[in-house]
Amino acid sequence: MKLLEWASKEVFRKFGIPTQTGKLARTVEEAKEILKGMKYPVVIKAQVPVGGRGKAGGVKLAKDYDEAVKKAEEILNLTIKGIKVKKILITEAVDIAKEYYVSVTLDRRTSKAVFITSKEGGVDIEEIARTKPEAIVKKHITEPLKPYEARELAFQVFEDNKLALKAAGIYQKLSEVYFVTDAQLAEINPLVVTPANDLVAVDAKIILDDNALFRHPDLLQYKDMDYVNPEEEEAKEAGLSFVKLDGDIGCMVNGAGLAMATMDVIKYWGGEPANFLDVGGSSNPEKVKKAMDIILRDPNVKVVFINIFGGITRCDDIAAGLIEAFKTMDVRVPVVVRLTGTNEEIGRKMLAESGLPLKTAGTMSEGARMAVELARG
Amino acid sequence: MAILLTKENRVIVQGITGRDGSFHTKLMLDYGTNVVGGVTPGKGGQEVHGVPVFNTVKEAVKETGADTSIIFVPAKFAADAMMEAIDAGIKLVVTITEGIPVNDVMKARLFAEERGARIIGPNCPGLITPGQAKVGIMPGHIFKEGGIGVVSRSGTLTYEIVSHLTANGLGQSTAIGIGGDPIIGTKFIDALRLFKDDPQTEAVVLIGEIGGTDEQDAADYIAKEFNKPVVAFIAGRTAPKEKRMGHAGAIIMGSEGTYEEKRKKFESVGVPVADLPEEVPRLLKELLKR
Repeated sequence: MKLLEWASKEVFRKFGIPTQTGKLARTVEEAKEILKGMKYPVVIKAQVPVGGRGKAGGVKLAKDYDEAVKKAEEILNLTIKGIKVKKILITEAVDIAKEYYVSVTLDRRTSKAVFITSKEGGVDIEEIARTKPEAIVKKHITEPLKPYEARELAFQVFEDNKLALKAAGIYQKLSEVYFVTDAQLAEINPLVVTPANDLVAVDAKIILDDNALFRHPDLLQYKDMDYVNPEEEEAKEAGLSFVKLDGDIGCMVNGAGLAMATMDVIKYWGGEPANFLDVGGSSNPEKVKKAMDIILRDPNVKVVFINIFGGITRCDDIAAGLIEAFKTMDVRVPVVVRLTGTNEEIGRKMLAESGLPLKTAGTMSEGARMAVELARG
Repeated sequence: MAILLTKENRVIVQGITGRDGSFHTKLMLDYGTNVVGGVTPGKGGQEVHGVPVFNTVKEAVKETGADTSIIFVPAKFAADAMMEAIDAGIKLVVTITEGIPVNDVMKARLFAEERGARIIGPNCPGLITPGQAKVGIMPGHIFKEGGIGVVSRSGTLTYEIVSHLTANGLGQSTAIGIGGDPIIGTKFIDALRLFKDDPQTEAVVLIGEIGGTDEQDAADYIAKEFNKPVVAFIAGRTAPKEKRMGHAGAIIMGSEGTYEEKRKKFESVGVPVADLPEEVPRLLKELLKR
C-alpha cells in the first residue's frame, strides 16, 4: 500500500520527524478556503501515486493568494503519467539552504533493510547512484538504528556538528517508521536544511507491506481510494490477483508464475494480453465467475484464454466448476480452455459436451495460438 | 543422492489439523514421505491419517526424532512456527504459507542463519525428490526420477515445465520451489551450490521471474563456479513496471528486476533462456550432448 505525500507526512509527524503542516484540497473552492488563511509564499503539490510530478508541472510556488488560486486550478487540471490529479497539498514554502536524501528500504539481495543517505538530495536516488555513487552512505539493518549508529551515519554526511546531531535524530526516527509500520520504503527526499539551520522533511514517501496491514488498523485510514483501479480492488477482495493491461486477450490462470508465463506466451505468438489474473489454486465456481465477470467488463477483450494446470485438483472437478460458472453467465466472446492434469480427458470431454461456447486446447502454446487467432477475427 | 530430501528425512507437519495440512499429509504419505508426526497447539493426542499430533515441535522432535518440518500455519502465526521448529532442532523448514509479513520472514531467516537451519519458502510449493519423498503440495505423478535439478520461484509454472521434462524422458533429481516472496530462506544460488555437489544431478533448470536480483546473482555464480549445464526460463516478459504480479516478490522497482536485465545476464554467461516452456527439454538436451 502506497501512502501519498500528505499521508506519509502525517505518519512522519507522529514519529516526531519535522515536516511542514499542510492541507488537502480536492477542488478549487476548497483550495481558496485554505489559501485565505495561509502565510505566503506557499507551495502547491499534486498528490498522485507516481514519481516525477515536479517535472510534469505538479509542484508550484505561489507568492500571493491570486497566484496560488491560479496554480491550484492548473494543477488540479493536470494529468501526470496518465493519472488525473484528484487532490493537491497546500503548504507554507520552506527556504532551502541545502537538500539531503534519507531512506530505509528493503534490500532483497541481502534479505535485510538498508538505510541510505546522501548529501545529494532532491533528485532520484537511482540517479545519484549512477552519477555520484561515492556520495551515498549505506548501512544494512534488521531493527531500528541505535542512537550511536544514527550518529555514525549522520557525521559521514553532515559537516556541521549541530546539524549532524539533529539529522541523527531524524535518521533514528525514520528507521523506526520503517520497522514499526512494517514499511517496505520510508523516504525523505529532500530533507531540507533551512537558512536557520533547521531540518525539515519537504517530501515524504511510504510504501507499506500489504501482508502486514492486519497489524496496523490505524494506518488503513490512509488507503487512498481516489487512485485505485476499481476492478483490481474488487478482485483483491474476492481473493484474486488481477492487473489490468492494454491488450485484447483476457487471461484466467491458476498460479502467479504460470499467469505471467501465459501472458508472455500470448505475446510470443503475436497477441496482446488484456490482463494478468491469478485465480488461485481451486476450481471454486464463485471465483471463476467473479474472474470472468471482471475480465469481460473490459470492452477491449475479444477472447478469453483460461489456462489451468490441474495438478492435485482433478480436471473433471475443474471442468464441472467452469460449466457451473458459465451456465449462469452471458459470455459473448469465444473462450479457449486449456486444462491439464489428472483426468484431463474426462474434463475436456465434459467441456466439449456442455454446449457452452468453449474451445479446448491441449497445451498452453496451442491455447495461446488459438486465442491469438480468434482475437484477430 | 538428490539434495536435501530423501526417503530418510523424518518429517513433521505444522498445522496438520487444518484443511490444507491434513489434505497434503495424506498425499505426502501416499507418495512415500516419512511423515512421523504433526503439530497443532492444543490438539496434542489426536491422530491425522494415523500420524500422531503434538502440542509443540519440541515434543514432536523428542518423540519422533523429526529433522524436517513442513508449515501450513496461517500467515499471522507462520514466522513463529518457523522459529519454533528451528529452536526445537529442525534443520529443514519448508514453509508453504503465503502472505507472511516481510519483516517476520527477515527475522525468521536471521534466526535460522544463527542456528544453522535451512528455510525453504515461504510462499512455495515445497520440494520433491522423485521416487523417494515429497515435502510439499506438488502433484507427485508428473515427476520422474532422473538427473535434472529443478529450482523455481513459482508453483504451477514449475509443474508446467516439469511435465515437459518428464514427457521428454528427462527425469528429475530434486525439484525445489523456493517461493515467490521478496525475502526467502533458500535462494537460487543456495540451491545451485547443493546441486553442484550432487552426483545424481547432471543439469539444472532454473525458473525465475521478474523482480529482485536473485537470477542475476545466480548467473554470476554459474559463471564462476557452476560446472553443469543450466537452462533458464523467466516469467514476466510482458509485466508492467511497479505492479505486483500475484507473487509479493514479482515486482519491478525502479530499474531493478526487469525481464531484459535477467535474460541478458543469463545469456552473457552462456545460460540459454527458453522463450516457451516447451523449449526447455530441447535446450537441455543440446547442452547435455556437448
